Amino acid sequence: MTSLLALSPLILVCATAIVVMLTIAWRRHHELTATLTVVGLNLALVAQVVAWWQAPVSVTPLMTVDGLAVFGGVLILIATLACATLGHAYLEGAQGPREEYYLLLLCAAAGGLALVSSRHLAALFFGLELLSMPLYGMLAYTYRERGALEAGIKYMVLSAAASAFLLFGMALLYSRTGHLDFAGLGEALATAGGDGWLMAGMGMMLIGLGFKLSIVPFHLWTPDVYEGSPAPAATFLASASKVAVLLVLLRLLQSSPVQDAWLHSLLAVLAFVTMLVGNLLALTQNDLKRLLGYSSIAHFGYLLVALVVNDGLAAETAALYLVTYVLTTLGAFGVVTLLSSPYSGADASQLHHYRGLFWRRPYLTAVLTVMMLSLAGIPFTAGFIGKFYIVAVGVEASRWWLVGGVVAGSAIGLYYYLRVMVTLFLPEPGMQRRDATTDWAQRAGGVVVLGLAALVVVLGVYPAPMIDWVRFMVAG
Amino acid sequence: MILVWLILIPFIGGLLCWQAERLGEQPPRWIALGTMLLELALVLGVWWQGDFALNTAQGAAAWAIEWRADWIPRFGIEVHLALDGLSLIMIALTGLLGVLAVVCSWHEIARRIGFFHLNLLWILGGVVGVFLAIDLFLFFFFWEMMLVPMYFLIALWGHSGSTGNTRIQAATKFFIYTQASGLLMLVAILGLVFAHHAATGEYSFSYEALRHTAQNELSDGMAWWLMLGFFIAFAVKMPVVPLHGWLPDAHAQAPTAGSVDLAGILLKTAAYGMLRFALPLFPEASQAFAPVAMGLGILGIFYGAILACGQHDLKRLIAYSSISHMGFVLIGIYSGTELALQGVVVLMVAHAFSASGLFILSGQLYERLHTRDMRLMGGLWGRIKGLPGFALCFVAASMGMPGTANFVGEFLVLFGSFEAWPWVVVIASVGFVLAAIYSLFIMQRVYFGPAKEETPLGGLDRREGMMMLGLLALVLWVGLYPAPLLSTSEAAMQNVERIMTLEQTPAMSEETP
Repeated sequence: MTSLLALSPLILVCATAIVVMLTIAWRRHHELTATLTVVGLNLALVAQVVAWWQAPVSVTPLMTVDGLAVFGGVLILIATLACATLGHAYLEGAQGPREEYYLLLLCAAAGGLALVSSRHLAALFFGLELLSMPLYGMLAYTYRERGALEAGIKYMVLSAAASAFLLFGMALLYSRTGHLDFAGLGEALATAGGDGWLMAGMGMMLIGLGFKLSIVPFHLWTPDVYEGSPAPAATFLASASKVAVLLVLLRLLQSSPVQDAWLHSLLAVLAFVTMLVGNLLALTQNDLKRLLGYSSIAHFGYLLVALVVNDGLAAETAALYLVTYVLTTLGAFGVVTLLSSPYSGADASQLHHYRGLFWRRPYLTAVLTVMMLSLAGIPFTAGFIGKFYIVAVGVEASRWWLVGGVVAGSAIGLYYYLRVMVTLFLPEPGMQRRDATTDWAQRAGGVVVLGLAALVVVLGVYPAPMIDWVRFMVAG
Repeated sequence: MILVWLILIPFIGGLLCWQAERLGEQPPRWIALGTMLLELALVLGVWWQGDFALNTAQGAAAWAIEWRADWIPRFGIEVHLALDGLSLIMIALTGLLGVLAVVCSWHEIARRIGFFHLNLLWILGGVVGVFLAIDLFLFFFFWEMMLVPMYFLIALWGHSGSTGNTRIQAATKFFIYTQASGLLMLVAILGLVFAHHAATGEYSFSYEALRHTAQNELSDGMAWWLMLGFFIAFAVKMPVVPLHGWLPDAHAQAPTAGSVDLAGILLKTAAYGMLRFALPLFPEASQAFAPVAMGLGILGIFYGAILACGQHDLKRLIAYSSISHMGFVLIGIYSGTELALQGVVVLMVAHAFSASGLFILSGQLYERLHTRDMRLMGGLWGRIKGLPGFALCFVAASMGMPGTANFVGEFLVLFGSFEAWPWVVVIASVGFVLAAIYSLFIMQRVYFGPAKEETPLGGLDRREGMMMLGLLALVLWVGLYPAPLLSTSEAAMQNVERIMTLEQTPAMSEETP
């Protein structure tokens, strides 16, 4: 019973997926499907509280429900809810089937939930695939667009290759240690010492997960996929999917810390390169979604700093940064989605679509401005608290090179965030433009985006509750 | 609680201005003016009532008013505001220049008035926050925050040069310079906090706790690096010469109100930061660093003055002259004697007056001539009524004519530094000659010489006249009777001096066996 209660969020999401599938089979109705999805997700969110009462508890050898799992689950469910709401606004104008989007979304969310509570490589692989497979469909959902189809297929091919690496790595680890569970693996690794095969196995797993997190040099898919895919799908990819993978990597590193100095410095180098390359490549982008893609690469570079340090404040930092990152990303993509809603051809993501937006849609612009400031890590936004933590964790561990990288990366990053911001306020051009519907703020998608902006500002000014919550969850 | 209101009033006023734009063009202006007058009145009230001669024997800071509340208990971060003579003068200056900034953009800003005043007031609110914050996290918070509205001010209401995008480039440059250097300061603050954590097991960002740590727990090397982190952040904002690249562009492109804020207050936050944080936190390292700082100060004086002589753009010229004046400030700060530090305070106030006066005048010229290029001016003395006379006065102030506030400040700085650093003073004094040259260049090129046209231009209206008259009165008042200013900042400056000398004596005796 305890196990069932602990897994109740996952079960609820899966049940919702089945209900949604049956409803679609019975009758195609966009509103109804969306409502069912949102209700199911909200129930699952409530069920996280129930799961938290049971925590920490191991459910089968494959999964564990502890503070981190609940924390990740809450983030993923919130992100999924936002994606469902935004998707509803977006898909209203789409031709062809609209309801399956919610089915795919629910399956991917279930995968994410499974992933964050896995404590066994088999569960990890299962969760990762369940997360990725529906994403292929979501990314190519508006398959009449060339870009969306390209994004879906590109993600599928590269993701399959990454999975192959991951499996190979797991096989190597298993062949040397005889363990597939994280804890056993950690013990075996601690005693094994520097074994070439082990290192190859760890390296290959790192490649597989690094691909999902789009860490340089495995980042090449990111901008294309972000740019081409429909905005709500890209939102999910950028938020929930990355949160799940990063948390499982955190769990993996916590239970089996990287002992090997060489592998450790490799991770540090990857972090350094990722934040610089991500920021540098973003400089010349003219497409907001592409720019956000590169910016997410850079942000995961910052997050890797916490994983490299893997001590002291590190877990708290990673978790807290994820909260700020998810809120901000959802908000930024949310604005893009609203401007592109209802669907009518390729998304409005070119920067010139946003020129002078302030004079037409001041509040929507305020939202995007807050999100850009938060991504840049300016005070009064949640992003600042995140960046403060990253710098703190680097300074605490005296990793000056990484701290230097964060400072340099942030300075470079400012350039393109400011560029986006100032574009919003420039005089309007006479050219034809895309715009949000006039009543955007009264609709569900608009409310979500405004709420996110308010949350980002409030958490930036008064972050104590967020910090307490994150600490509580990570410790539990 | 009054300290909290001092910070909140501009922020609230800014939001009101933004919303008042719906009512028409005038309401945002009047609300902004009212907000700043209220702010100024509050500060003057505090000045009138407070006693700023407090002092403690141990060199610990004594605050006239203090306010604290928990903010982020996880790291021992507090909303800790405190006021002493130095911050009081700075806030009074902020209020005064805030009023001027609102008044001088009365006609200049015709588009998006509400949003303009929102940004203007938020800058001022951020600056007041910087001057009041004593918790290092809070200080950093305001330090970074005030950049955003300044960025918008330059980027959206600035003047573009010949090519389309220069004002945005200038704003971006300003932002990146200050933000990147600010992050270095954050790293230094965190280094200090973790040193404190290692020593006591507690996180704290409190000024007193960290000062204790910085003086007792840090190794010399560590103190040096952390001091450098603070110094670079302040040096960029000040600006000290190799890090000054953003200033001329930002000034040249900014609207008049932006220039007034930049020259008058934002640059002063840097000097304030040095006096409040860099020196008291790291007295030994600062002493060791003093020769370098003096060298940079001299470099700044000459570099700024020489480049000022070669400018055609009036606002760029004034911007470079600011760099030159800030060289004196830097020398005064690092000489560490009470006299020189008092001079720094007067010089900061004086420079705020004279530079804002000159910037406002060049803004008024721009409104009449639609150019800032001095090659297109000349012979304006007879063509505009009133304005050239004021220009002469402010130019004289800027070059440090006796009787003006600048003279008092520069004299005290040089006098106070002479004992310890005679050669620095001798070399720096040569800077006065250069100051006279570029100052006279302004008069010669703009107001005298052959006139380009004969048609008379509109004279100063009442608003402009009152503004200039008020500023001029202040310049002369501080120049002739600086005692009230000096007595207010005396205790605070004595503290800084005491901290510097207390630490200096053992350090010096070690160095000279």
